[in-house]
Amino acid sequence: MALPEKIDLRIVTPERQLFSGLVDHVTVPSTLGYLGILPGHAPLLAELGIGNISYEADGRTEYITCAWGFLEVLPDRVIVLAQTAEVASEIDAARAEQAKLRAERRLASKNPDVDFTRAQLALMRAAARLDAVSRMRHRPVLLKK
Amino acid sequence: MATIRDIRRRIRSARSIQQITRAMKFVSAARLRKAQERVIAARPYARQMMAVIESLVARVGGGTHPLLEHREGRKIELVVITADRGLCGAYNTNILRRSLEFILEHEGDSVALNLLGKKARDFFRRRPYAVRKEAPAALQSPSFANAAAIAGSLVEDFTSGKIDQVWMVYNEFKSVVHQRVVVERLLPIERPAHAESVPAVEYLYDEPPARLLDHLLHRHVEAQVYRAVLEAAASEQGARMTAMEAATNNAAEMIESLTLYANKVRQAGITKEIIEVVSGAGGTGA
Repeated sequence: MALPEKIDLRIVTPERQLFSGLVDHVTVPSTLGYLGILPGHAPLLAELGIGNISYEADGRTEYITCAWGFLEVLPDRVIVLAQTAEVASEIDAARAEQAKLRAERRLASKNPDVDFTRAQLALMRAAARLDAVSRMRHRPVLLKK
Repeated sequence: MATIRDIRRRIRSARSIQQITRAMKFVSAARLRKAQERVIAARPYARQMMAVIESLVARVGGGTHPLLEHREGRKIELVVITADRGLCGAYNTNILRRSLEFILEHEGDSVALNLLGKKARDFFRRRPYAVRKEAPAALQSPSFANAAAIAGSLVEDFTSGKIDQVWMVYNEFKSVVHQRVVVERLLPIERPAHAESVPAVEYLYDEPPARLLDHLLHRHVEAQVYRAVLEAAASEQGARMTAMEAATNNAAEMIESLTLYANKVRQAGITKEIIEVVSGAGGTGA
């Protein structure tokens, strides 16, 4: 059986559908680390952590920052059910930068009231957002075929 | 008989009411559009979530997951979703009536209420029913985080055995002019129908399937509450728009009939004056 050439990818959050279409490959942050998925991947169910989903369609790579959720790979499609997700182009870099600084300060402080886990997660989210923004800026220029 | 001045005053007041109802109609129309978009935008998630749960249950079997388990207990929690404000026709009344019916239907059970929206709170405050929780302003910003918090506490009470069933009463958004009151069971979750095509291939999990199912079911409850809240919000705007449109039309009708009446009174007055003049002239001239 020939493997399919494209993946039918759907990315949805409770608030809206972020993407639906055919892509060449997709990388997803599972709780255990990044998973790269190519067409014809074995069926899989995984949980998402915090990080960036990236997919390539028409030679162009897009980045989506997401936090928590699920990934299901089926023979005919890939579904990403993210708790929260935002497309890199929608991210407010300045705000993410501030959030990062705030989280770092919290983590560095010796105040026992600081919710360490929460600050750590906030830092991860902010770092993922900034990462998405910088990747977006530095992605290779699209060459006309 | 009303003087022409009284009638004119009534016309003026009807006109200013009409202006207000028309403005409210436009506000609702704008809000309705947004609410409608949100309902539609939230649908893919709920649908895909259900598909994932179905395929997982079909493969590993629901087993004895606590959220799927029917219990003998008769402690029911009823989540009533109403609006914060009135002036939206029978919207709130329909829901409250249906909730009372629900309580009567479950007479043998203990029904505790969980009220979202100010109207539900105001209604049940004066009645002898057990209110467990109220969140009067829950619908002002129907965000997923809010819905998730509500769902979280319901799931917690359910798993800890404080309640045995959770039902929701809300208005489902069918169309702008049509809302339907629905009563739905939220917990225990309806055992998903078996997906008809179970891929017979080896399936990979990055975590124990039971744990994945647990997380999925929790998210599912959150998505259900979120959907109900969005449906209710859209229905509210739809109902208000329809009600305000009707009020605007009624005011127009009223203005018309009052104007007609005012003209009749005016004419009658003129006729009377002419008769007086004519009969006065006849008296002196003859």
